Amino acid sequence: MKFKARIHTSLKKSVLDPQGQTTLHALESMGFKEAKSLRIGKYFELVLEADDRAKAEESIHVMCDKLLHNPVIEEYSFEIQEVPS
Amino acid sequence: MKAAVIVFPGSNCDTDCFHALKDVVKVPVKYVWHKDRDLPKVDLVVIPGGFSYGDYLRTGAIARFSPVMESVIKHANDGRAVIGICNGFQILLEAGLLPGAMLRNKSLEFICKHTWIRTEENLTIFTGQMESGETLCVPIAHGEGNYYCDDETLKSLHDHSQVVFRYSSEDGKLGEEFNPNGSRDHIAGIVNRKKNVLGMMPHPERSSEDLLGSSDGRRIFESILNALE
Repeated sequence: MKFKARIHTSLKKSVLDPQGQTTLHALESMGFKEAKSLRIGKYFELVLEADDRAKAEESIHVMCDKLLHNPVIEEYSFEIQEVPS
Repeated sequence: MKAAVIVFPGSNCDTDCFHALKDVVKVPVKYVWHKDRDLPKVDLVVIPGGFSYGDYLRTGAIARFSPVMESVIKHANDGRAVIGICNGFQILLEAGLLPGAMLRNKSLEFICKHTWIRTEENLTIFTGQMESGETLCVPIAHGEGNYYCDDETLKSLHDHSQVVFRYSSEDGKLGEEFNPNGSRDHIAGIVNRKKNVLGMMPHPERSSEDLLGSSDGRRIFESILNALE
C-alpha cells in the first residue's frame, strides 16, 4: 500500500524562534494588528510504501526521530492518507 | 602526532585547517573524503567549517550520516581527539557527540568578524597552553551559531567543566554586547564529558598566523600538539 504523509516540524515552545518573531513584527508593522503569535516550522510531503497504516506510521516515527527532526530543539507531528499505488 | 581533516561536499575551511596543521604547527595531515568508511591511523580528527550538504534540512544533519562518520564516532568513543569547527561543531551536535543544538543567530544575520573568547577551562588537551580566563581573538563566520541547550544540560555542562570557551570582551568581561549570536550563557565552545571532543564556532585556523590579523587560534593547535605528542 502507498501512503502520503504530511509532516510538520517546528521549534519547541520553550525555544526562542527569532525568525518567527521577526516575521510577526513585520506583520504588525504592516497593520495586521490581529496577528498575535507566529512560529515558523518545516513541512515535508513524504510518499512511502508499507503493508498497512500502522507500519507506515511506525516508519515515519523512526524517520522523524533519526533525521527529520532534532529532538533537542524541535517537535513534529504528521497525518497520513492512503494514496492509489 | 598525526591528523586527518574530513572533507564533506560543501566544506570550505578544509584547506585552511590542512594548512594550519601542516605549515603552521608542522603536523603530518591527510584529507579524508566523507565517503571513505575508514579513517587512517591518526591522533586528531578535524571536522572543518563550511556548508556541508548546503545546510539542507538542518546544519550538519545530513553530513552526520556520511559513511566516514561511523569511524569518527568510533574514534571519539575510543577516547581519541576530535575537533569540530563551525559547521564541524554543528555536525558533532547532530551526531550526538556533544550535547545541545544550534539555532539561527539572534539577529538573523550571517556574522563574519573577529570575536574575543575567554578560556574557561585549561585542563583539556585543546587548551593546555592558555591560562584559565585568558582571552583569544578568533574570528566567527556563521548564520547558525546560537548555541542552545535546556537548563538541565547547561547545569551538567558547568558541573563537569565542559564549557571551554565563552564570548567575552578583550579583557574577559561577559555581557550581551560581547555575545555575537545570542548563544546560551555566551557559549562559544564545549567539550564532551570525557574531554576528548571539542566543538567551537570560532575559527582557530583563520587566526593562526599574524598575516591573518591574529595568531591566537594557533595556541589551540599547539595545545593539542603539546598534549598528544
